[in-house]
Amino acid sequence: MKKYREILLDPIFNNNPIALQILGICSALAVTSKMDTAIVMSLAVILVTAFSNLFVSLIRNHVPSSIRILVEMTIIASLVIIADQFIRAFAYDVSKQLSVYVGLIITNCIVMGRTEAYALKNPPIASFIDGIGNGLGYTFILILLAFVRELFGSGKLLGYSILPLSTDGGWYVANGMLLMPPSAFFLIGFIIWIIRTLKPEQMEEA
Amino acid sequence: MFEHYLSLFVKSVFIENMALAFFLGMCTFMAISKKVDTAFGLGIAVIFVQLITVPVNNLIYTHVLQEGALAWAGLPDVDLTFLGLITYIGVIAAMVQILEMILDRFVPSLYNSLGIFLPLITVNCAILGGSLFMVERSYNFGESVVYGFGSGFGWALAIVLLAGIREKMKYSNVPKGLRGLGITFITAGLMAIAFMLFSGIQL
Repeated sequence: MKKYREILLDPIFNNNPIALQILGICSALAVTSKMDTAIVMSLAVILVTAFSNLFVSLIRNHVPSSIRILVEMTIIASLVIIADQFIRAFAYDVSKQLSVYVGLIITNCIVMGRTEAYALKNPPIASFIDGIGNGLGYTFILILLAFVRELFGSGKLLGYSILPLSTDGGWYVANGMLLMPPSAFFLIGFIIWIIRTLKPEQMEEA
Repeated sequence: MFEHYLSLFVKSVFIENMALAFFLGMCTFMAISKKVDTAFGLGIAVIFVQLITVPVNNLIYTHVLQEGALAWAGLPDVDLTFLGLITYIGVIAAMVQILEMILDRFVPSLYNSLGIFLPLITVNCAILGGSLFMVERSYNFGESVVYGFGSGFGWALAIVLLAGIREKMKYSNVPKGLRGLGITFITAGLMAIAFMLFSGIQL
């Protein structure tokens, strides 16, 4: 039991997929200007990572290594299609805002990276938990970014007004830069800075 | 006609730059931009693959997957658009494989310089993103050729620029925790802001 807890919690802080392994950055930048898109995207990624890890791990002893990437791709693509259709059916507005980024979960390196690095060598249950853990690590950064960007960029959280904007008679002057995509680069850069200052063993030599 | 294609090309290179405006292919963008040489090789590979896969996916979409596209086979009501993702990724994987074999056979010098980057491109989101944008904006065949080339070119341009900056940055004194990945993110952010200038251009 303790082992599973470690597998689950390790990727969130110690071995975060975005901040340390440089995996899955594309979507982290593009979908975080609002909380609701970030949450939907995170859920989709958690599900796809967890189940692709589970299925790849189940068949890991039956697949020749020469065609394994093809098999992994097929499993991942099928899962993403299911996730995509679900989002379209139940959250149509959000799916419009996410545009192509749901489809791009297929090439999100977190999914591929975890199936290659973990699921091929480990039993199904541990792989499933590793998938959830890495999905949560991704979620952690995504929600953090979206929280900062939506709160300070438009004074709202999940669409509810938190800081009354000066344009509507309140006191808060919105920071428009945070709504622009490049601000996500700066925020991730600073998050990495903070994490590495707290955990000096992660620093790079270069 | 020519003017339309030219403006689409300029738009896909600068205004809608794959890396700096849509943030696609970021993993490779961050990981393989330490040296200009390798960045250049990867950039060329991306242009090649993009130029081939976007038009091929365009043909498959218009003649097989689109709603009503199977009318020629006597199936006017079939809508296969939900199979899009799995088809595009299959096409991309197959194209990369074929390209690898052709280059190995006919242009060994280019094959050797691209080396490990070719297979990596299969999982580069800029490639899949190109095909998805092509479908979303319903480009025709000619436009998809131009868009494929333009978006690949824009991505290559961005990674070579970033690699150039990173090579120079070796000589600067960056705070310890920010070294490596952290400062690369901030540099890319500044580049993205610079590229936002183009977004005001009307074509």
